[in-house]
Amino acid sequence: MRNPPGGLQVNGSKPQKVYFYGTCLVDLFFPDAGMAGIQLLREAGVEVVFPEGQTCCGQPAFNCGYWEEAREVARTQVALFPQDLPVILPSGSCAGMMKVHYPELFHGQPDEAKVRAFSARVYELTQFLVDVLDVKLKDLGEPVKVTWHSSCHAVRDLGLKGEPQALIGQLAQVELAPLTREHECCGFGGTFSVRQPEISAAMSCDKAADAEATGASVVLSTDGGCLLNVNGTLEAKNSKLKVQHVAEFLWERTRAR
Amino acid sequence: MSPNSCGSAPVHAETEVHFRDAAAKALLDPQLRANFRRAMDGLITKRKAQFPDPRDLQDLRDLSTAIRSRSLLNLPELLEQFEANCTKNGIKVHWAETCEQANELILGIMQAKGAKTLVKGKSMVSEEMHLNAFLESKGIEALESDLGEYIIQLDGETPSHIIMPAIHKNKDQIARQFSQKIKDAKYTEDVDELTAMARKVLRQKFLDADAGLSGVNFAVAETGTLCLVENEGNGRMSTHVPPLHIAVMGLEKVVARLEDVAPLYAILTRSATGQAVSTYFNLITGPRGAGEKDGPQEVHLVILDNGRSRIYADPQLRATLRCIRCGACMNHCPVYTRVGGHAYEAVYPGPIGKILTPQMEGVGVRHDLIHGSSLCGACGEVCPVEIPIPEILVRLRREATHEDLGSAVAGKGTGRTATEDWAWRLWAGVTKRPTLYRIATWFATRFGKALPAGAPLIKNWTQSRTKPVPARRSLSERMRTEGGPHA
Repeated sequence: MRNPPGGLQVNGSKPQKVYFYGTCLVDLFFPDAGMAGIQLLREAGVEVVFPEGQTCCGQPAFNCGYWEEAREVARTQVALFPQDLPVILPSGSCAGMMKVHYPELFHGQPDEAKVRAFSARVYELTQFLVDVLDVKLKDLGEPVKVTWHSSCHAVRDLGLKGEPQALIGQLAQVELAPLTREHECCGFGGTFSVRQPEISAAMSCDKAADAEATGASVVLSTDGGCLLNVNGTLEAKNSKLKVQHVAEFLWERTRAR
Repeated sequence: MSPNSCGSAPVHAETEVHFRDAAAKALLDPQLRANFRRAMDGLITKRKAQFPDPRDLQDLRDLSTAIRSRSLLNLPELLEQFEANCTKNGIKVHWAETCEQANELILGIMQAKGAKTLVKGKSMVSEEMHLNAFLESKGIEALESDLGEYIIQLDGETPSHIIMPAIHKNKDQIARQFSQKIKDAKYTEDVDELTAMARKVLRQKFLDADAGLSGVNFAVAETGTLCLVENEGNGRMSTHVPPLHIAVMGLEKVVARLEDVAPLYAILTRSATGQAVSTYFNLITGPRGAGEKDGPQEVHLVILDNGRSRIYADPQLRATLRCIRCGACMNHCPVYTRVGGHAYEAVYPGPIGKILTPQMEGVGVRHDLIHGSSLCGACGEVCPVEIPIPEILVRLRREATHEDLGSAVAGKGTGRTATEDWAWRLWAGVTKRPTLYRIATWFATRFGKALPAGAPLIKNWTQSRTKPVPARRSLSERMRTEGGPHA
């Protein structure tokens, strides 16, 4: 697999200002998670710039082999982040696309160097909160039991090493109950879920059952795709279990009511 | 449990995609699903126990990857050296470009010795050649002597796993099968008794067979040695007892030196079955020597290409040939675990099969396999020789839809459909234009809820899930109205 990104410290000091990239799934389905991510960064003393005109990182086309189309879209996104600031994404999968796969996608293209420089500035939100900002969270919520689903791309493409769990672990009133198969794919896989609906359903059902068996009341993840998938499956079986993006959960827990 | 127990019944695809159909069928077999889940969980646990320190594992992976890469880099020279040393050792080397040629060669070797019966050790290359069916059509009996292979041969099946061919069956199924198919066998579910039954049949076959066939795990160039990894001793019996031994191997199996074998062997058995070593490890260097009491009188080696030299020619795809056939990618694949090996309708199932089969048979022909992956990356993560399976899958998806990539991949461009082309053009057309995208998301947030669950794409999604409903206002919209600083 690819090497995890190195050198998380930005110029040896904590950055004062960052870009936020919402991603298409958060934009459309989980705007609260996007807002929460921005608030968490602001709370940590960072100015957040949200450029207008954000659409999609291009991963769906890239994964399906339509690289020309993916490049056209990726170019328009890179152009939105001209200043030398970190780019923060509330998604392991899209962050993995921009950080790890953009250099592949633009290999041999005239703008390869520019894209590589952009990729080097990309961080997944929890990674940035832990590894760069070293945030300390104070839990203001009621006792709750949660479980954590690892996004395949966050772990295997991007190289996330337990940063989200470390943040959840800072919350005194939150019990984190592990899944039996935390690292197993939930069955989303982008177009996989509609190309192979039967296999995808089997995977999603198993993930939902695993989450229910933990006795947790909420499944957390750092990826909109996984959340959408697991949520749809839980809803279809009228489960009491809910899903939530980790950013939204962290913001709710640390916010005075 | 039914695969979609938390959703509605599966809907059939409009177009025939055989992996999807075969997989959907497999998912409806609860026994099969339970057998695979139990077996794969067991194998994952056993492998994990063999690598308690992740740094040790990575060191061994690095070393193994380097050995396989270096071997492939020098493949033409190593094959020449290997052939020369085999010949020196008295092994007769034959080259086959196609499976048909390989089959004819084996038939010719057997006919020249008047051999009518063949007892086989495990060989995936012989599966690739469909050797048993070929020999049967020529009136030659080919009996599988690996216990798993023997079990599936009794049922006229093909392997569902490259290491454990009968992993899809449990002992009760095998007990029923033995009682029906083996002469004078009584019904028992006792594993030791079942094994003894097979052993009794096979022992006599080893003694009676005119020829024995085996695969090759590692071929050593500097010594002309064939290495054979096995657990049951049947490989040793097949290669040692009959007067004629024929080995078959893919041309990628060669390594430079004997010392290259030790790390590869160590990572192979640990990755495959979670064993530190296998029960037997055979080093075959030639036929029975003068004054020796046992061993075959003749040893032949058939080296098969079957598309491998074409794969070899491409620097990225060449990584496919690093494979040491441990099956770890299958054991860790969430798709394979649920559908089993037969759903792939290919000799090599699972993740490695998804990249190897389309490269051998053509990306257009096996377009279905290329898309049968969620790209979760578990296969690449576990592969002992670090084959970037997900990346190669994406590469093959490109090949399947583009005629103009200038590679030697067979059948490129033939997986292309006008509908998909149009869909991605439309997607890019909207997604690269922020204003259009904004209009599209505005409509999605206002009217997404009204979209019928039977709409294209959503129909597949809603087989087992509720319809995804967009938020009432998108993040971008909220940032414009309540969000703070903008660039």
